[in-house]
Amino acid sequence: MAFFKVQGIVKFFGGLAAVNGVSFEVKEGEICGLIGPNGSGKTTIFNLINGYFPLTKGEIQFQDEKISGLKTHQICQRGVGRTFQVVKPLKRMTVLDNVIASAFLRHHPRSDAIKLAEETIEFCGLTHYKDKIAKSLPIASRKRLEITRALATQPKLILLDETAAGLNPHELEEAIALIKKIRDSGITIIIVEHIMKVIMTISDHIVAINHGMVIAKGSPTEVVSNPEVIKAYFGEDYRA
Amino acid sequence: MDVFLQTLVAGVLKGGLYALIGLGMTLIMGVMGIINLAHGQFMMVAMYITYVLFHFFGLDPYTTLIISMPSLFLLGVLIQKYLLNPLMKVESILPENQVLMTVGIAMVLTEIARFIFSSNYLSVRTSYSSSAFYLGGISFSVALTVAFGFACFLTLSLFWFLIKTDLGRSIRAVSQDAEAAELMGIDSGRIKVVTMGIGAGLVAAAGTLLLPIYYLFPDIGGPFTRKAFIITILGGLGSTVGAIFGGLTLGLAESFGATYIGMDFEDLVGLVIFLLVLLFVPGGFKRFTKV
Amino acid sequence: MKRPSGPFLLLVLLLILPLILRDAYYQHLMILVLMWVAIGSGWNLISGYTGQVLFGAAAFFGFGAYTAALLSSKLGISAWWGLPLGGILSVAIAFPFGWICFRLRGPYFALATLALNEIFRHIATIWESLTDGMIGILVMQTFISKLPYYYVALAIAIFSIVTVDLVMRSRWGYYFVSIREDQDAAESMGIDTLHYKMLSLCISAFLIGIAGALYTNYMGFIDPKVVFSLHEISIMAILVGIVGGVGTIYGPLVGAFIMVAVQEIFRTGGFGILHFIGQSTGWPFMSGIIKYVSEAHVLSFGILVIVVILFLPNGIVGDWSLIRKSLVNSKKPAV
Repeated sequence: MAFFKVQGIVKFFGGLAAVNGVSFEVKEGEICGLIGPNGSGKTTIFNLINGYFPLTKGEIQFQDEKISGLKTHQICQRGVGRTFQVVKPLKRMTVLDNVIASAFLRHHPRSDAIKLAEETIEFCGLTHYKDKIAKSLPIASRKRLEITRALATQPKLILLDETAAGLNPHELEEAIALIKKIRDSGITIIIVEHIMKVIMTISDHIVAINHGMVIAKGSPTEVVSNPEVIKAYFGEDYRA
Repeated sequence: MDVFLQTLVAGVLKGGLYALIGLGMTLIMGVMGIINLAHGQFMMVAMYITYVLFHFFGLDPYTTLIISMPSLFLLGVLIQKYLLNPLMKVESILPENQVLMTVGIAMVLTEIARFIFSSNYLSVRTSYSSSAFYLGGISFSVALTVAFGFACFLTLSLFWFLIKTDLGRSIRAVSQDAEAAELMGIDSGRIKVVTMGIGAGLVAAAGTLLLPIYYLFPDIGGPFTRKAFIITILGGLGSTVGAIFGGLTLGLAESFGATYIGMDFEDLVGLVIFLLVLLFVPGGFKRFTKV
Repeated sequence: MKRPSGPFLLLVLLLILPLILRDAYYQHLMILVLMWVAIGSGWNLISGYTGQVLFGAAAFFGFGAYTAALLSSKLGISAWWGLPLGGILSVAIAFPFGWICFRLRGPYFALATLALNEIFRHIATIWESLTDGMIGILVMQTFISKLPYYYVALAIAIFSIVTVDLVMRSRWGYYFVSIREDQDAAESMGIDTLHYKMLSLCISAFLIGIAGALYTNYMGFIDPKVVFSLHEISIMAILVGIVGGVGTIYGPLVGAFIMVAVQEIFRTGGFGILHFIGQSTGWPFMSGIIKYVSEAHVLSFGILVIVVILFLPNGIVGDWSLIRKSLVNSKKPAV
């Protein structure tokens, strides 16, 4: 059985189909890249997996359990963590408190939660920001805080939404290293990313989306050479 | 049956005025994203203006609309400009500090009115205050019918303004997406100021129109603020068409409540409807109107 | 020993205060301050910490007050049982109420609490066979001296502060603040926001309900106009919460002290100072000023709301760093 499975999901906003019959599977331990032009429905798919929006049709399964229809916090409790493209730090709390609040999900005595939070902060390399107020962080660290907070819920699957957008080349390298490190710790990853360099170097498997539909699936090299994908990104006239 | 029809007519007429009160509140809700808890107090101020003009200058209450509406427009503009807009720059933990501000404004307006006019009940008695005409055995209060007519006229004017004029379009734009509107070159601060003015002006009209058949005292604002937010919630926050439905519903509910349950329960009916709506139709009537 | 010394000294001071301050009038004011500490702490938990602003604290306050009064007038039980029962029954109201309102975001909760406040006031006024309506309910006071009331009030105030402090140090506290800061983020961190908002409201209602029952026992008389009052209770609770410090443990203490003092200054014309000036100088217009000042008490509240929100939105404790900075800067302008 598949570790994570999306089956024919459909989402209508009013009369408009934002996601229209998307299906894909993710195996345990792999990194699955979700690509597609702006407005193609990637973030909406995350919001559907995460339970932020209810599905119009279809089903989502995680570890052989139907998770579509559950509330967001229940899905998180099942072991699906996520980050937000538009970062949502708990602004007036310190970085440590942000992560502790998250760590409480699986670690009850406060001391345990603090320990896990500190380890996770260390893992993500935010240690020297630990006591800073979240809203004072620069953007790269805020993105990292998103990941740290999601990791502190100890997910089995993590959804990363454009965690590399807006970073400079050096920060980008660090972000890639961190994502690999997360994978190596045994967590399965679905990642939405615009920066091809990131997607190409880390994904085991790519799903390309356009107009809310899957246009190609496969290994990174297969997908980028797919004519449909090229057309979606560069338009009709582009010839490789 | 006659009692039923009579109650229905009274409810609809009152509902027309309530719609006017609710429209201003809804407009403010849509653009500013806040519930204006000084709304009834704006109305109270307008009523005192009408009272003074009637009493000391002998103006007909309906004539005073040309003074009460602009005055309240100005009051709304000043309040938004100097008390509410500055709050956007204030770093506050409480998300509802603007709403709290309107509570403070409401208290100040009420108490100032009490200083000037004391707590006595005042009224404006005109020749048509208690006269009525009959249509098929149902009595129509002249003043209430005139008020209803004015209310309809003002509502239609508001819709014309919102749909046809540039300023009206800007207001709708800010109400739909303030950030995007800002990017399109709309000064949302100015739009908020204007909207608060219009909202205050509309409720001023309602106050002036109501005065010939109502009585006036400083605390009259509170109940009307409550009515206004009930209407706004009933209509689905920020929906202008919803506000008209909300106003009519509240008018009818109060009217039937007073006739069939008892006068004491008139105010309670609205509040209970409010909780029932929260319970069963959380989005308000907007769900059904899709506007 | 470094940290607990401050609260400890405060506690000792509060314990011996009524022994020093023998004047019944000042003891009365201190009892009110302590009652407001409990209400302010309750308000602060749901509003300041959890970010769901409670506009109608009087709904729970009055409910607690009436619970105590009715126990005595209808069942013949001591009104002191109202302390636990008033708290518990307020929770029984808060629970379904929270469930209805918290499913929606936006201003619904704030408005619904206002509505609840009004509904209860209407019911208490209309249901004369139970509550005697506007006439109110008289409850025999147990003690003549103020001292026992003072210590009961002190115990309740301490209970409130300790409860809020313990809650805020626990997982619940982290969850409450997370919800205040960002509900979407909180949900995605596995926090059941509906559940924790309700939890926070229930604790708040419990504390405020107890304070209401204390009021009945202490004052010996309640009527709907007083205990369900929008200005005297609900707005006062907001002011106590904000002036002291939004989302701080000791803020409500500071706020209660300041607000009771402000209320009294206006009610009594500056603690009788104006009277004194009027009498000793014989200026005839002083009596007019005294009347003016005491009538202006609601007006002053309104102005205070406006000023506080504009300039001190997070309260004295909450904005202390800002206040200190501005003080320091004004002393040494060029750094």
